[in-house]
Amino acid sequence: MTADSAAVLASEARALTAEAVSALEVASSVAELTAARPDLLGRGSPLTGLRRRLGALAPEDRPLAGRALSEALATVESRYDARLEELRAAERRRQLEAERLDLTELPEPPQVGRLHVITQTLQRLEDVFSAMGYTVAEGPEIETEWHNFGALNFPPGHPARDMYDTLYVDHGPPGSTLLRTHTSPVQVRVMVNQPPPLYVVAPGRCYRQDTADATHMPVFHQIEGLVVDDGITLGDLAGAIETFTTAYFGPGFTSRLRPSYFPFTEPSAEFDVQRPDGTWLELGGCGVVHPSVLEVCGVDPERWSGFAFGFGIDRLAMLRYGIGDLRDLWTNDVRFLEQF
Amino acid sequence: MKVLLSWLQEFTPVEGSPQGIADDLSDLGLAVAAAPAGIVVARVAGLRPHPDADRIQLVDVDAGDGELRQVCCGAFNMAVGDLVPFATVGTTMPSGLEIGRRRMRGQASEGMLCSAVELEMGPDAEGIMILPAGLELGDDLTAALGVAGDVLFDLEVNPNRPDALSVVGVARDLAARRGLPFELPEPQVETSGAPAGESSSVEILAPDLCGRFSVRVLCNATGARPPPLLARRLLALGMRPLNFVVDLSNYVMLEIGQPSHAFDADLVPGGALGVRRATEGEQVETLDGVVRTLNAGDGVIVDASDRAIGIAGVMGGASVEISAETQVVLLEAAWWNPPDIARTSRRLGLRSEASARFEAGVDPEIAPWALERFAELAAPGGVTLAPELVQAQGHLPPRPTVRVRTGRVNAILGTDLTPPEMRACLEPIGFGVSAAAGEPSPELRSYPGEVWDVTVPSWRPDSSTEIDVIEEVGRLWSYSRIARTVPSSPHSGGLTARQRSRRRAHDVLAGFGLMEAMPLPFLAPGDLGRCGLPADGITVTNPLVAEESVMRTSLRPGLLKAVAYNAARRQPGVALFEIGHVHAPGDGELPAESDHLAVALAGREAPAAAALWERLRRAMAFVPTEVRNEATAGMHPTRSASLIAGGETVGVLGEIDPAVSEAFDIAERVAWLECDLGRLLESHVGDSHYRQPSRFPSSDIDLAFVVDDAIPAAAVEAALREAAGDALVTLHLFDVFRDADRLGPGCRSVAWRLRLQAADRTLTDAEVGEIRAACIEAIATTGATLRD
Repeated sequence: MTADSAAVLASEARALTAEAVSALEVASSVAELTAARPDLLGRGSPLTGLRRRLGALAPEDRPLAGRALSEALATVESRYDARLEELRAAERRRQLEAERLDLTELPEPPQVGRLHVITQTLQRLEDVFSAMGYTVAEGPEIETEWHNFGALNFPPGHPARDMYDTLYVDHGPPGSTLLRTHTSPVQVRVMVNQPPPLYVVAPGRCYRQDTADATHMPVFHQIEGLVVDDGITLGDLAGAIETFTTAYFGPGFTSRLRPSYFPFTEPSAEFDVQRPDGTWLELGGCGVVHPSVLEVCGVDPERWSGFAFGFGIDRLAMLRYGIGDLRDLWTNDVRFLEQF
Repeated sequence: MKVLLSWLQEFTPVEGSPQGIADDLSDLGLAVAAAPAGIVVARVAGLRPHPDADRIQLVDVDAGDGELRQVCCGAFNMAVGDLVPFATVGTTMPSGLEIGRRRMRGQASEGMLCSAVELEMGPDAEGIMILPAGLELGDDLTAALGVAGDVLFDLEVNPNRPDALSVVGVARDLAARRGLPFELPEPQVETSGAPAGESSSVEILAPDLCGRFSVRVLCNATGARPPPLLARRLLALGMRPLNFVVDLSNYVMLEIGQPSHAFDADLVPGGALGVRRATEGEQVETLDGVVRTLNAGDGVIVDASDRAIGIAGVMGGASVEISAETQVVLLEAAWWNPPDIARTSRRLGLRSEASARFEAGVDPEIAPWALERFAELAAPGGVTLAPELVQAQGHLPPRPTVRVRTGRVNAILGTDLTPPEMRACLEPIGFGVSAAAGEPSPELRSYPGEVWDVTVPSWRPDSSTEIDVIEEVGRLWSYSRIARTVPSSPHSGGLTARQRSRRRAHDVLAGFGLMEAMPLPFLAPGDLGRCGLPADGITVTNPLVAEESVMRTSLRPGLLKAVAYNAARRQPGVALFEIGHVHAPGDGELPAESDHLAVALAGREAPAAAALWERLRRAMAFVPTEVRNEATAGMHPTRSASLIAGGETVGVLGEIDPAVSEAFDIAERVAWLECDLGRLLESHVGDSHYRQPSRFPSSDIDLAFVVDDAIPAAAVEAALREAAGDALVTLHLFDVFRDADRLGPGCRSVAWRLRLQAADRTLTDAEVGEIRAACIEAIATTGATLRD
């Protein structure tokens, strides 16, 4: 057996390197490549095995041969890493390609929940008044005759009661209990239960003996406002209405008050909203709370004054969305409900 | 109330643009309604039967444009040659109805012939309004009926303004606003013949009913004709000309607001008229030929023999009706107690222009003027007036002097008016102002400024307190001139916690993909029964239709109708919710009223409702609620559960009984949830305290048990929770299967995964094993066994 020399070792290393590199290239998957790693670079690999023969070399040959071996290992190592990277990228490409989807395929129409247009309108109104410092009060839909009429300055037989086509229910003595015809009884409940200052709105459902058609329903929604404080004036009412008008309808909308009549306010007014195109929309009724109403509710009319207003919510919703027939609000046809 | 500009001008020299006048009237509280456009004068050129309908005829209409239009008409009161109001295609009627081209039983109809009611020109709904001859075809109806160049204002008069139910009242307001002179001229009339007192007398036996009863005697009434101007004005204001006496009476009523009634003196023995309350069951035949039965509250006019010859303030009697032969007329004008007239006219269903004015309250001082005005207008027709007013008086309402603090006026209006400025508002409309006499009342707040005693004019019965006078100052000054200020609330405003939670429930349900429905809150009498629910809803005593006569005790009928409505339109599978009030009968002052929440999932089975409830309960952080399997009313008996919180039933979930669905014509299954939202929100637990997730590793154990079908999974789950103790972080059921061969009949395998974790350490295998053993042991007590 001939003694090894640096040259022999280096030449073998070169050959083994070439073998290893071609083996790397042959591996066709990450798994194959990583499985081959011990044979190429592991402790038992032929290239690593050459190290064991370094000790047998003449001392002056060792550095040279050692360097040659290290270089060979480094070459294989770097070619291995490069190949691994290449195979991983290819596999990722293949996998991603296999996962390709058409995102315009929608199997089911989506189920989208909606709030009823009346609820949305009501919430919007509540939010506008909340921002103006009003709290939200509520009252029963089945009301006593006293709260709905008596306390509001409609004595029995008063002709103004005819303005309301009242529905009565069979509870208590005949005529004592009714479906509230307006949200105004909530005014009474608030004043009886809370001391001034009061800044309150009361949205809710009201009822009238009406035949359903495009503009009438026996049930409808109103919102009532009540302010009782020190030195409240008709000018305050006009200002509050104007603030609301701009906040709810937007810039360019203004309001006006016209004298009117309600038993529970005096002076009383209708309030209209002018659209930016100059046309007017009659919105609701309002006025300075009548001293008799304050008194009945336990509020001293010489000490406090107040204003109240009320208007329909359904018509606001109809106007905003261009709904032509009031009955559509109540059909619950999903083709209606899904539009809001 | 309609008024013509020319008529107003008889009392005040008002000029200017019609729009300007309309704006002023509106600002005075006399809102001006828009007049319908497109209604013209037309001639009936031909009448033909409809080939396929008996109750409709075909009318050829000539509107003066050289073209005949065919109109289908349900009225038969017109003849060829009559002039009629014709609403052309495109017209919007006062009712809001839009006139379009239509076909009726196969025949074209191009427009509509109108009755007085349709034009809102009078109460006469019987047949088409026949116009006076001589009008120009094709002319705008309003212009044609008035005087050339006249303007008609249609005013909405509020119940507190009886004075504005007259041309004079409107003219007075308008003159005051514009600073124009206003004059109510004394009627110029000569009297002749014997004094009226010799041929008539009056007596008031019910002074609380009749405040004043005045009579004038008019002679030579036979054959007199009213001037044409008068008939045209009546038509323009919505009254059909009938005969001389009635037309004049109506004319004077429209002008001054005082109704009057004419009796044929020959039919009233001795010309003696009396007023008393009717006796119970007393009968009188009214002018319309109907025999009316009265009750003791009604007022009647009687003759000398105490026979009722008219109903006070409502309608005259047939027995004393004037006719073409009437020579001598007893013309009566009265002041009636408004509530009495309101009650009688409402009970009898007889409402007229006259009764409306009596109800609102006529001027108690104006009767003599009205009677003389009648005579003045009748004089050119040859009618003469006997001297003397025959009059009796009952109780008239007091006319209080009103104490007014000028400072209070400004404090209520938010103005800074001087006393002279306020005076300038009040005096032109008849209020009298003088410095207050006597000491100020100690309980009234004192203000800087003057204190007045204000007299109220007789035509303003609504005005009797300080606030009434304040309103008049504001009205005449103009609301639009009052500076706007915004009061600032000392409160932060916003929703209460409960209101926020309810709103959150809306958002959560919508977030689950449900649509909010809004069914009518009224039910038909059988609806609750059809749902299998007790039929104990509160009933409406005076519904317009039976379908709207019961208040709901549950949201179920409404939502099931909504499901059926959609299914019938090929929209199955709807997912709806509602949050709304329900009413339960009770003994309190008012019925129990609460907010309910309900969900209907069409095309879904009971588990969908159970799952939705669990999501809702967690999202809303409702109190822990037991879901108890049991049959409930109207629900699928084996797929129904009650929701129990705090020992009380707060709701129900499951599937609608198929028999109920069938009764509502619903072919799909319907998963259902309904709960008392009000109750759940009341017991709502507040913000919970934060628990930091453990930093230590967790261990999962899976346990599968064979559970008898009679044992609810919830019972096993509760036992597991109890046994696992504090270390249990989550517990979920992940598998259920039935296999009679392997597991035996009547039971199923249910598997849970428990995740265990301690807050302060890693659980040892031994600890996990102990918990597992404890769970298995605990489950044995429920009757379930570990599956191997």
